[in-house]
Amino acid sequence: MSDPVDPYEELTITKGAVVEPGTSLVNKTGSWREFKPVIDQDACTGCGLCETFCPDMAAKAIEERTYAIDYDYCKGCGICAEECPVDAIEMIAEVN
Amino acid sequence: MAEMQMLKGDKAVAHGVVSIQPDVVSAYPITPQTGIVERVSQFKADGELDGEFLRVDSEFNACSTALGAAAAGARAFSATSSQGLKLMSEPLFTASGMRLPLVMAVANRSLSAPLSIWGDHTDTFAERDGGMIQIYGEDVQEAVDNLLMAYKVAEDPDISLPALSTMDGFILTHVKEPVEIYSEADVAAFLPDREPNFTLDPSDPKTMGAYARPEHWTETRYAVQEAMLRSKDKIDAVVHEFAEQFGREYGLDYRGLIDVYGPEDADVAIITLGSLVGTVKDVLDEYEERGESVKLVKIRVYRPFPIDELRAALRGVDAAAVLEKDVSLGYQGGLVTDLKAALYNTDVRPDIRSFIVGLAGRDIQRREIREVVAEMQRLAADPVSGTVAFEDEESWPQVREDILEEVDQS
Repeated sequence: MSDPVDPYEELTITKGAVVEPGTSLVNKTGSWREFKPVIDQDACTGCGLCETFCPDMAAKAIEERTYAIDYDYCKGCGICAEECPVDAIEMIAEVN
Repeated sequence: MAEMQMLKGDKAVAHGVVSIQPDVVSAYPITPQTGIVERVSQFKADGELDGEFLRVDSEFNACSTALGAAAAGARAFSATSSQGLKLMSEPLFTASGMRLPLVMAVANRSLSAPLSIWGDHTDTFAERDGGMIQIYGEDVQEAVDNLLMAYKVAEDPDISLPALSTMDGFILTHVKEPVEIYSEADVAAFLPDREPNFTLDPSDPKTMGAYARPEHWTETRYAVQEAMLRSKDKIDAVVHEFAEQFGREYGLDYRGLIDVYGPEDADVAIITLGSLVGTVKDVLDEYEERGESVKLVKIRVYRPFPIDELRAALRGVDAAAVLEKDVSLGYQGGLVTDLKAALYNTDVRPDIRSFIVGLAGRDIQRREIREVVAEMQRLAADPVSGTVAFEDEESWPQVREDILEEVDQS
């Protein structure tokens, strides 16, 4: 989905607070992160386990057998680093 | 004309469920509820239930799938007891916030530990803050009737809230009583098809239960509170419509929220709910014969709380006893706590005492009710002035202190 309408704009509360889709896109939960996963692309074998395990769909294939983290939504949970079979993901403290 | 049958309480409720024809039934067995969904599944197997019957892996899933079905526009049903209700607590709070009218039968049972399968009101009282309408039945017929009325209230598009229709575990689920079971046609005339405010539809996607920011969340809770309070008017209308169509009356003078038996000007009132109401009625008949002035206030609806009705029913009463099968550990019984709060800012101020009784299936005998009435009559004749000590406000008359190691025996 590209350029979604912000469902929170001029939001009024219906019964059950039912809203238009796209709330997850506009809530950029990456700001919650304290540790940032960084992929060492030389060590990465492109197995895709980071994408499989990521609970926020923030680890994604950007081209064939190449993965990157979408920092807009990555909360820094570290599951990808834990699961990476070749230790190609390092968790680095965020400096705020 | 409805058919009178001799039925066990759980089976009678199952007949009620089928007469309502929910689109989706999703449930997991737990004593003493099991008989309800067991019979509903039999009806499904026999081709008498058109809807889906989902066999799931837990109460969490039972409630969650019923919630999902309700979100898709279905009329949903589930049933549970005790620990099962605890496991459903999370999706039930969610159903309330999403304004999904899923209706459940709860066979009231105590909560662990220690493990007990027997009945009390601990399970539903623990859910009182979740935005579910709670209706308590006195006997099997009322449990069946309340289920029908619960659907009509919950599914009103203006209310749209989950509802728990409860009956005391074993005392009502496992007793045989003559029950009127209504035909599907009669029920359909009473309960129109559900008209959901929103439905999950892939061709017109919506998000239910989205992430709410601090600038929106308060309004959603306020809306649930308003709908809960508004549901009293709907309950009022529905008990009248029910009486009109089916001829049975439930608290018509008190908007269906409570009912009152005995002399209007009684000095003493006994307040209780569930199956104990029937026992208290029997005992109070003795007082009526002797011309003694004692009335019974029966709580039918615990949430929304019948504030105005209790104020009206207790005006002029000198001493009131609350008999309840639950306790908010660390304070007092849930019902008495709410009752006292409802009277605090009024001039309706009877002396109130509460009695924690009937926990986990302990029988409540007529003698014990007479003792409570006698204590209230003494209190009415000789009221306490000033502050009543916390430990004197509530008693546990059935406690066997002699077997309790932790109590100081000195």
